[in-house]
Amino acid sequence: MTAATDYTLAELCIVAASQAFANEGEVLATGIGVIPRLAASLAMKTTNPDLMMTDSEAWMLSEPNPVGSRSEDFVPATESWMGFSRIFDNVWSGKRHAMLGPTQIDKYGQSNTSALGGTYEQPKVMMLGARGFPGNSISHPNSFFVPGHNTRVFMDGECDFVSSIGYNPARLPRGHALDDIDIRLVVTDLCVMDFGGPDHQVRLVSLHPGISAAQVQENTGYEVHVPGEVPLTAAPTLEQLSIIAAMDPHNQRAHQIKDNPPGDRS
Amino acid sequence: MDKQMSAAQVVAQLRDGMTIGIGGWGPRRKPMALVRAILRSELRDLTIVSYGGADVGMLCAAGKVKKVVFAFVSLDFIPLEPYFRQARQSAAIEVMEIDEGMMLLGLRAAAWGLPFIPTEVGLGTDIITKNPDIKVIDSPYDDKEWVAMPALSLDASLIHVDRADQRGVCQIAGPDHYMDDWFARAADKTYVSCDELVATEYFHDPAQARMVHWERSATTGVVPIPGGAHPSSCSPLYGFDVPHFKAYVASAREEAGFAGYCEQFLGASEEEYQQNVGGLDAIRAIELPTY
Repeated sequence: MTAATDYTLAELCIVAASQAFANEGEVLATGIGVIPRLAASLAMKTTNPDLMMTDSEAWMLSEPNPVGSRSEDFVPATESWMGFSRIFDNVWSGKRHAMLGPTQIDKYGQSNTSALGGTYEQPKVMMLGARGFPGNSISHPNSFFVPGHNTRVFMDGECDFVSSIGYNPARLPRGHALDDIDIRLVVTDLCVMDFGGPDHQVRLVSLHPGISAAQVQENTGYEVHVPGEVPLTAAPTLEQLSIIAAMDPHNQRAHQIKDNPPGDRS
Repeated sequence: MDKQMSAAQVVAQLRDGMTIGIGGWGPRRKPMALVRAILRSELRDLTIVSYGGADVGMLCAAGKVKKVVFAFVSLDFIPLEPYFRQARQSAAIEVMEIDEGMMLLGLRAAAWGLPFIPTEVGLGTDIITKNPDIKVIDSPYDDKEWVAMPALSLDASLIHVDRADQRGVCQIAGPDHYMDDWFARAADKTYVSCDELVATEYFHDPAQARMVHWERSATTGVVPIPGGAHPSSCSPLYGFDVPHFKAYVASAREEAGFAGYCEQFLGASEEEYQQNVGGLDAIRAIELPTY
């Protein structure tokens, strides 16, 4: 396995994000958006062939579909029906790991997909709504992907609307423990983080090549726990790059991070 | 029994202030012709329960809505629904914002005659703090607290399907029936528009009957409207109309707004609407989306 020297930041993020699914066993991997979906696909094709995945419509697949339009004669590797109502049977069983991209993530790992600014009755900016975030966050492990790491996403204070439960003692439901909440990786265009710091503080896990811990802190609206030694995010291998290229034949990954920078920015 | 009726007859059964469920999901298999019939009516003060798309946006824009019960309102490929945003950002509507799965539980509770279904979904989030009507309760069996998701009882549901017979046997031939079976069961009256009216014998083939997701006793009225889901999709018959949705979204940025959209497309009848969007053949020719 040869590490590549020429790769994009998107490809680095896909490989880093695929780590979230590597040790999950037989669960449904749901990656919403091109990079999370390719991350789940890569994991299913390499580190964790036991993963389950849907076609993002209504069928479970035994092989992930390539992203984007496919030829007329393409035959998806369908293995079962998996319509939306059945997704909830899976979600509530806990046999799932989702990776999504909320608009805000606060210091507790709470996220917001719904409303920004103003009041709840009259928000300044109305977004999607809570979607499935409340149920996902209390039912199974979740990871986040953030293509633009800045203090608007990782903001000071608490989310304007809390769509998903996090490590906030003030909101902890009776009979639950903070350790029941299971937020895994936070992959951004600068680094990989998790909530493994003291008292579930956000913690730097690895830095993308050319990015400093100070840059991460500057772009995060709350304190990031930085362990003594922070490794570099591992470069993709040639094998991983070729799988990613096959899963994304139209190169949609090139349009997911602003200006599609190279993976190594040093 | 012949349950056939017209869209106008459906609207005549509805009343101001009713709670109306709308089937489909985002831009997919929405009963848009029935929604357009409401747009042309005097109905108002509706509470809409929906996995929302342009159905919710249009009804909000037309001033028909008092309250929206939702987990999202989105056109999927265009994430944000422009007229729902305007309604929220101008405080024109009340909301009950819940999780996607909570909506399913609320519909099930209504269908089963239960006051609520317990769930942990919503705990620790603003779903609970922003909805004083959703109670958190003790369990008789453990020491945890649980969300009591209340029944979402519907006065009426509006659903679009691929095929139906005149007795109300409804077939959804696309890959997902979404929560439409629960919308049908949760409502006092369920009105179903269909792309194709078929003879009962059509369902004698078990492969066709397998795609029927609720009993005909849950169907009140059948409204044959070929192309009636446009601009949403009715897989496998046709996809959603991307250029039309783009024009709809663009209208929200123009001075004439939704009135301008209606002026251009709505028409005085579904026949006029279909002429304005290029005709039924053009609708049926819209490619299915790739996910």
